[in-house]
Amino acid sequence: MFFNSLLTNFAALEVGQHLYWQIGNIRLHGQVFLTSWILLGALLVFISLGTKKMENDPKGLQNLLEFLWDYIRDLARTQIGEKVYRDWMPFIGTLFLFVFVSNWGGALIPWRLIKLPSGELGAPTADINTTIALALLVSLSYFYAGLSNKGWRYFEYYVHPTPIMLPFKILEDFTKPLSLSFRLFGNILADELVVGVLVFLVPLILPIPVMFLGLFTSAIQALIFATLAAYYIGEAVEEHH
Amino acid sequence: MLAFNFFGATEGGLFDINATLPLMAIQVVALTYILNSLFFKPVGKVVEKREKFVSDNIIEAKNKLSEVKKLEADLLTQLQSARTEAQRIVSEAENESDKLYKEALELANNEANASKEKARLEIESQTSAARDQLSKQADDLSELIVNRLILEK
Repeated sequence: MFFNSLLTNFAALEVGQHLYWQIGNIRLHGQVFLTSWILLGALLVFISLGTKKMENDPKGLQNLLEFLWDYIRDLARTQIGEKVYRDWMPFIGTLFLFVFVSNWGGALIPWRLIKLPSGELGAPTADINTTIALALLVSLSYFYAGLSNKGWRYFEYYVHPTPIMLPFKILEDFTKPLSLSFRLFGNILADELVVGVLVFLVPLILPIPVMFLGLFTSAIQALIFATLAAYYIGEAVEEHH
Repeated sequence: MLAFNFFGATEGGLFDINATLPLMAIQVVALTYILNSLFFKPVGKVVEKREKFVSDNIIEAKNKLSEVKKLEADLLTQLQSARTEAQRIVSEAENESDKLYKEALELANNEANASKEKARLEIESQTSAARDQLSKQADDLSELIVNRLILEK
């Protein structure tokens, strides 16, 4: 009885339902694009405001943006290495900012108040398409980084300490995007679900610590995603001696 | 397409993969270019300019500090040599004045001795002259007395 009602209530949380957009033959998850456009628009407005008048003595927003820039540079530099981190810093930074803004936007903005005909708005990173897209971009990036930096010698990496490693290294090329995408997707979706269920069951006070935990998880996941992406690129461009 | 029902969703589900994936990838790539020109490049330019400014200033300050230290050491040695020079001059002057004093003293002593000697000689000669005159007068007187006594007889 109780379980049944819980199930229907879960259905009220609309897990796994999407707002479909049909363009010709292709179908899109509209809610993902809607939230991502809103959040990325906010991010771009924020960044253009902060970089509008750059001064040598930073004031206000410029301070924050410079801190962010420095943070991303440190991340890229420690993972990728002094030599090529400059080429990859924008990509790593974009991954970090995109994931961070998506996660926090999904957690902080009460999207639930906006009613959609089907599905509901939420963090774009809680959709498997987004995370797989990001993970595949990372895979392409590290292949490109390795090949453009070392040419065919990139494949030495696969037999690096011994040729015995070959199958494992090939397997890694599949597990890397898989783990990247599912880690992010799982964490953000789980957080949304937990908060959703708690809000549904106990609307007062109790969800608040879980929401804070969710914010923490969101930030950590963004950091993990960017760090791992940078680490994979760094691994690909690293010179073996 | 991988899709299965989850909690009674009629279509789609959690693992509904469709064209959202490539479009999202294109969106992220576009975002990378936009953020690069809007955020990473301009902020990087400002930050690196400032870092260069700061490090240049630090290097300059270090150079100036070492220069100052060199000059200080230079001045110290100069001061030292000036001090010894001054000491040398002072002692030389002291010796000189000592010598001059001794010379002057000797000269004065000699002069004094000479004039003393001269005075003594003069006194002596005057004394002998006086004595001669006195004995001559005594002779004359005695002759006069003798002549008178002889004449009265």
